[in-house]
Amino acid sequence: MRRIMKLALQKPELAGLLLLLVLVILFQLRSGGVFLTANNMRGILGLLPEAALVALGVTLLMICGEFDLSVGSVFALMPMTMAVLFVSGVPFWPAVFVGLALCAFIGFLNGWLTIKFDIPSFITTLGMMFMARSLTVVVSGGFPPRIRPGEVPSWLFTGFIDSSGFIRASVLWFAAIAVLMSVLLSRTNFGNWVRATGGFLPAAQAMGIPTARVKITCFMICSVLAGFAGMIQALRLNSFLPSMGMGMELQAVAAAVIGGTSLMGGVGSILGGLIGATIIRIMDNGMVMSQIDASWFQFAIGALTILAVVGNAWLRKRGRAMKVETDRK
Amino acid sequence: MTDPIIQVKNLHKWYSGVHALKGVSLDIQRGQALGLVGDNGAGKSTLINILSGLHQPDQGEILMDGRPITIRNPKDAMGLGIETIYQYNSMVPIMSIARNLFIGREPLKFSVAGIGWLDLNRMREESVKAIADVDLHLRSPDALVGELSGGQRQGVAIARAMHFKSKVMILDEPTNHLSVKETNKVIGFVRSLREQGVTAIFISHNMHHVFACCDRVVAMALGQVVLDKPIGQTSIEEVQDIL
Repeated sequence: MRRIMKLALQKPELAGLLLLLVLVILFQLRSGGVFLTANNMRGILGLLPEAALVALGVTLLMICGEFDLSVGSVFALMPMTMAVLFVSGVPFWPAVFVGLALCAFIGFLNGWLTIKFDIPSFITTLGMMFMARSLTVVVSGGFPPRIRPGEVPSWLFTGFIDSSGFIRASVLWFAAIAVLMSVLLSRTNFGNWVRATGGFLPAAQAMGIPTARVKITCFMICSVLAGFAGMIQALRLNSFLPSMGMGMELQAVAAAVIGGTSLMGGVGSILGGLIGATIIRIMDNGMVMSQIDASWFQFAIGALTILAVVGNAWLRKRGRAMKVETDRK
Repeated sequence: MTDPIIQVKNLHKWYSGVHALKGVSLDIQRGQALGLVGDNGAGKSTLINILSGLHQPDQGEILMDGRPITIRNPKDAMGLGIETIYQYNSMVPIMSIARNLFIGREPLKFSVAGIGWLDLNRMREESVKAIADVDLHLRSPDALVGELSGGQRQGVAIARAMHFKSKVMILDEPTNHLSVKETNKVIGFVRSLREQGVTAIFISHNMHHVFACCDRVVAMALGQVVLDKPIGQTSIEEVQDIL
């Protein structure tokens, strides 16, 4: 029993999970029971996949020991590119493909520049953040493209899949991608390489892991997920604006960190990223539901980020210090 | 009688304008433990980095079993059976023992284009056995390497090299930062390699460690080999005089 406890205490996503529980209970009480109603859950679930997909990509990349500040801009660039192509006569699916391919290329560039010139990815992706944002405006030509509802199969991404209108298709997309990523990270050799590369680069290199390729792949996955998430949001709102996803890059980092991902690389999990993104989403919604002044939202996210990291460090220390009888021979 | 497993001939290496290796030639005898000593900057690490595939020589050749070989990267070296245990640990502290043992060489249940499903059970079972084989007893293959002592980590690194049936094991200052007891354990490991027919290259600053477990001592200074004698024909004093 103590052994299970010890292992659990050392799990990096534990602090986030506890916070999530506390917040849910708190908001449920403060909002007079409205928070956990089906109607409100629908609101939370409808928006969650968009931010959470970005957070998952950022989490994977951070485990690999790198950063991506350009996800917010890519979040806007992908739907904009897709919509502009569509309006100019390219069929929907090829336009989506080109949009995602562009994201993959941006991810590749982020990774390649970072590794080739040995510069911090913070800098590379900071530059890319501005460039991609600017490209979004350039591509739109200043006038956001208009797509009439029904012209594109947006139901495939944002339509309600049940008759009562509770779950959107985006939730399924998100769930499938999250499971896939989680499996990739914990059950495949690629996941092992990602963790080793982020955990201790010299050892990974000495053991013959193609660390450059591993990192570039993670950059690409991160960018493609951000672009895909942007497309879901644009299709849900049926509006393609160059200002989409502003500030999203730092919220994604906050989500990853709240979920137990280390800035140093190596430590973290996809589940943690999901928990972090859910917490941010719940804060946003729960504060409104409990009639707290929404101006405090950013403050709350900031405080939570710090609290989660401090809590995590404390829990892990307690876990490590916990004495367990060992069957050492 | 000589039966070299690796022969190094006239090896040269420049590092950003510095002539780090100045024509090093060396025969490494099969099944022996060779002690490589020398001051910082003598060229030991350069030589080792070339043999383990981290760097390429600018000139000269390397032969294994009499045939010329090129070692372009660590993977090549491991493929040839040359395994290196580095001073700064070749382990990832935040990963489990089982995962560390198989980094880069994970057993897979199935795979597509090199990416596949880890055989976690096999990794755990084989790592328990591999560690027991080097006479090390650890709690569980799921323990994080970061929780082990320095000596235990070197033990796991050696277990990994043994598990992958390496023919030549390079130990780059494995006794640094270890307690006396743990140092003795590592020296015991090196001795036991000989019994298992594994060739060892043992790099150390400490002459006593080298003389305690090696068959031959090679001293380097300023990028050249300055002494190459069987342990029985030399002494700590002679080596120290030359250096």
